[in-house]
Amino acid sequence: MATFNLNINGKTQSVDIDPATPILWVLRDHLDLVGTKYGCGIAQCGACTIIMDGNAVRSCSIPVSAAEGTKITTIEGLSEKVDHPVQKAWMEHDVPQCGYCQAGQIMSAVALLENNPNPTDEDIDNAMNGNICRCGTYVRIKKAIKTAANS
Amino acid sequence: MNPTSEKLNRRSFLKVSALAGGGLFLSVGWLAGCKPDSKEDLLGMPEEWIRINGFIRIGDNGLITIMSPNPEGGQNVKTGMPMIVAEELDADWPKVLVEQAPLDTDNFTRQFIGGSQAIRMGWNVLRNAGATARQLLVNAAAQTWNVPASEITTKMGMIYHQGSGKKAHYGEMASLAATLPLPENVQLKEQKAYTIIGTSRKNVDAKNIVTGKPLFGIDYKKEGMLIAMIIHPPAHGMRLKSFDDSKARNLPGIREIFPIKSHEDGYERTFFDTTSFTDLVAIVGNSTWEVLNAKKAVSVEWENFGTYQEKRDWNGRKEMRTIPGGLESEPEQLAKMNDVASKAKTVRKDGNPEMAFRNASKVIERTYNGPFLAHNCMEPMNFFAHINGNQVHCAGPLQKPELTEQALSTRLGIPIENIEIEMTRLGGGYGRRSYAHWLIEAAVISQKVNAPIKLMYSREDDMTGGIYRPMYQATYRAALDKDNNLIGFHVNAGGLVEPPIYPDRFPAGAVENYWVEEWTVSSNITVGSFRAPRSNFIAAAEQSFLDEIAEEIGKDPIDFRLELLKRAKENPVGENNDYDPERYAGVLELVKAKSKWGQNQAGISRGVSAYFCHNSYAAQVLDLRIENGQVKVEKVTQALDCGLLINPDAAKNLCEGAVVDAIGTAMFGELKFNQGVPDKNNFDRYRMIRMGEAPKAIDTYFVESQVDPTGLGEPGYPSVFAALANALYQANGKRLYQQPFAPQLT
Ligand code: FES
Ligand code: FES
Repeated sequence: MATFNLNINGKTQSVDIDPATPILWVLRDHLDLVGTKYGCGIAQCGACTIIMDGNAVRSCSIPVSAAEGTKITTIEGLSEKVDHPVQKAWMEHDVPQCGYCQAGQIMSAVALLENNPNPTDEDIDNAMNGNICRCGTYVRIKKAIKTAANS
Repeated sequence: MNPTSEKLNRRSFLKVSALAGGGLFLSVGWLAGCKPDSKEDLLGMPEEWIRINGFIRIGDNGLITIMSPNPEGGQNVKTGMPMIVAEELDADWPKVLVEQAPLDTDNFTRQFIGGSQAIRMGWNVLRNAGATARQLLVNAAAQTWNVPASEITTKMGMIYHQGSGKKAHYGEMASLAATLPLPENVQLKEQKAYTIIGTSRKNVDAKNIVTGKPLFGIDYKKEGMLIAMIIHPPAHGMRLKSFDDSKARNLPGIREIFPIKSHEDGYERTFFDTTSFTDLVAIVGNSTWEVLNAKKAVSVEWENFGTYQEKRDWNGRKEMRTIPGGLESEPEQLAKMNDVASKAKTVRKDGNPEMAFRNASKVIERTYNGPFLAHNCMEPMNFFAHINGNQVHCAGPLQKPELTEQALSTRLGIPIENIEIEMTRLGGGYGRRSYAHWLIEAAVISQKVNAPIKLMYSREDDMTGGIYRPMYQATYRAALDKDNNLIGFHVNAGGLVEPPIYPDRFPAGAVENYWVEEWTVSSNITVGSFRAPRSNFIAAAEQSFLDEIAEEIGKDPIDFRLELLKRAKENPVGENNDYDPERYAGVLELVKAKSKWGQNQAGISRGVSAYFCHNSYAAQVLDLRIENGQVKVEKVTQALDCGLLINPDAAKNLCEGAVVDAIGTAMFGELKFNQGVPDKNNFDRYRMIRMGEAPKAIDTYFVESQVDPTGLGEPGYPSVFAALANALYQANGKRLYQQPFAPQLT
């Protein structure tokens, strides 16, 4: 056990926990931030995607010990009023089906647009390739990313 | 009397149940965090909610809550079903809040999803619930204003009497309405008067999804809740022998480790009581990570089991099933299938197919295979359970709560009245969540530790836990005469553990001499419904075969199908053909026009396919190119006929998803067994379709129809497989007889 001070969604939170615990479970079990999802635990599905220091990362595969001193954004921290351009675009295109993968998809899309405001189709394919959607909403995700990029 | 009114009568519908302001939310605290709060902000919450019937509560300020009776797993029934109620209620949609109903068999019927039946079966019930409530509000206004009810009109949540100029919103009449006797007959709207049905409305949960609200079972939390996980055997054909938890039990955060039995020996299983492994090791602790670690530290000894008998009750049909012992591997499974195929039983025969094949100038014979498939819902199986003495509270994602409740009651020995099941959103279902053994497991674990627990499956537990799409095989034969007329058609199909065939489906009725045989191989590998059961394989086989026949006789594949359908319409062969040839032809004609079939584009290969299942019709034209050895699906054009559309854009979304899901499954989906062990347990090896492999565009069209709505979750799915196979053949000249396709393309 060790204490970690984490900067999550602009707030510092402290947890006393096994240093090997993946950030995913810290968020879900200890900090009540359950928007970040578990899908595979091995960095293959993207359901657990968060933004760490500006990059989309898989929180299931990063131990909490590596999170101290970084800035983490989760789906809950994207906006106060549900007005982040990516969230708005997602609603405009009514992207979700079951919705389970969508927090991860949105976080990957946000990180993509932060680093590359005008992505090509290929950029989008590459950035989003780590996020699986069994419901098959990819076509709408791509449209929503383009809408968000243009706003 | 319609079923709704009957039900509501029995539940002393006349009694007013007025909840104090906010009371509603206190009573369903879990959902409170999931309310679409913009509407609340807009209107403010009412002081009082008045319950009009099981579906409808009206606030004194005119805000309306409509309960969505069925679980939501991505088909968008949580928007579509309330839209139907709101239409007949004449509600103002922006002032409607939607709430997920709990399992409540007194107030609702058929609270399950599966077989694309939610909207189809709910259609009359939902309309009547809305129309009855509307009539009560009208009657209340008539009484209050002392005018004839026949002179009163309603519109968007308002009640008007033109003669006197009086008007009121629904909230003002709700208290009185709730005390009035139920109207004898209610008038349902004419379709042309619809203002909500047939218009695109956004997903009522969209905002909660994009903000990461706790909507799913896996997000469920309760004070004092512990986390539980299970260990199941590594192979089908094995069971628990013993375990040693000495290295796990003292790990931090671990409470208890113990064996459980999800069903007692000799239990008579009902339809959806399939479980792969009844004897499990349960690990209970404080947090997921701690339990995951302890799980790895338990050492378990397994043993092979022998052949045994399993009692089944298939909706009243009793069966004693023999479950063979042994550790199965794919080569033996295939050998067994081929052996049993030669002893198939005839399930339909028209004309004299044997003679047709004897007299044929040419016979085409092809065999198609489909592997086991894992459902891979993105949300792994999970459930919350709290057994407190004789009281049961469960919450989580499941498709058939109504059916699971009975099994749970039997297992726990607690009467159904004491069981409360809350339905959370499903992170995918596709059939997998019809088999709620994990709910029983959760309940048994909670009972043992005497605490609220959430059972979580790891992805590995989920993928290797059984209940797969069966392994299938179908051999098709076509007899052609010297003028290339199709004079005989024969299919011999079966599977492990069920056959894929629907004998009365197209091309039944279109061929003079027609013959269907089926067979089954038993196995200890458990199978179950998977998006468009049976059709998900047989459509691929049949529609690929028809493509090959069309080519052989030199006909355009769409024209060839249309000719067969014409025959089935004008002069059908045999009885009980279960499809409407005209509607079937309708989707083909539409997709032909919309895809500009016949106009070829350089470098693009096209394939077509069509299918009927779950009461709806679908056809696709798929365009692809092969670029540096990679398959690029440029565009899929599809046409569907599912009767009247409720929520067009949501319907489109669902059908786009079906295309993507089907392409992924056809290309990559596969689970093989070696000594009873599935060869994949996570997404590193089980390949799912990803963004770059999805079609660049999907154009979806619906046949305009006034027919009562039919299903849509499944019908768009099966035909896609063959559209892809047929397009791939055009691209590289290689017919595909085996799923998945991707390994054969390199
Ligand atoms: S849960 Fe982290 S990538 Fe799947
Ligand atoms: S919306 Fe269901 S998995 Fe993506």
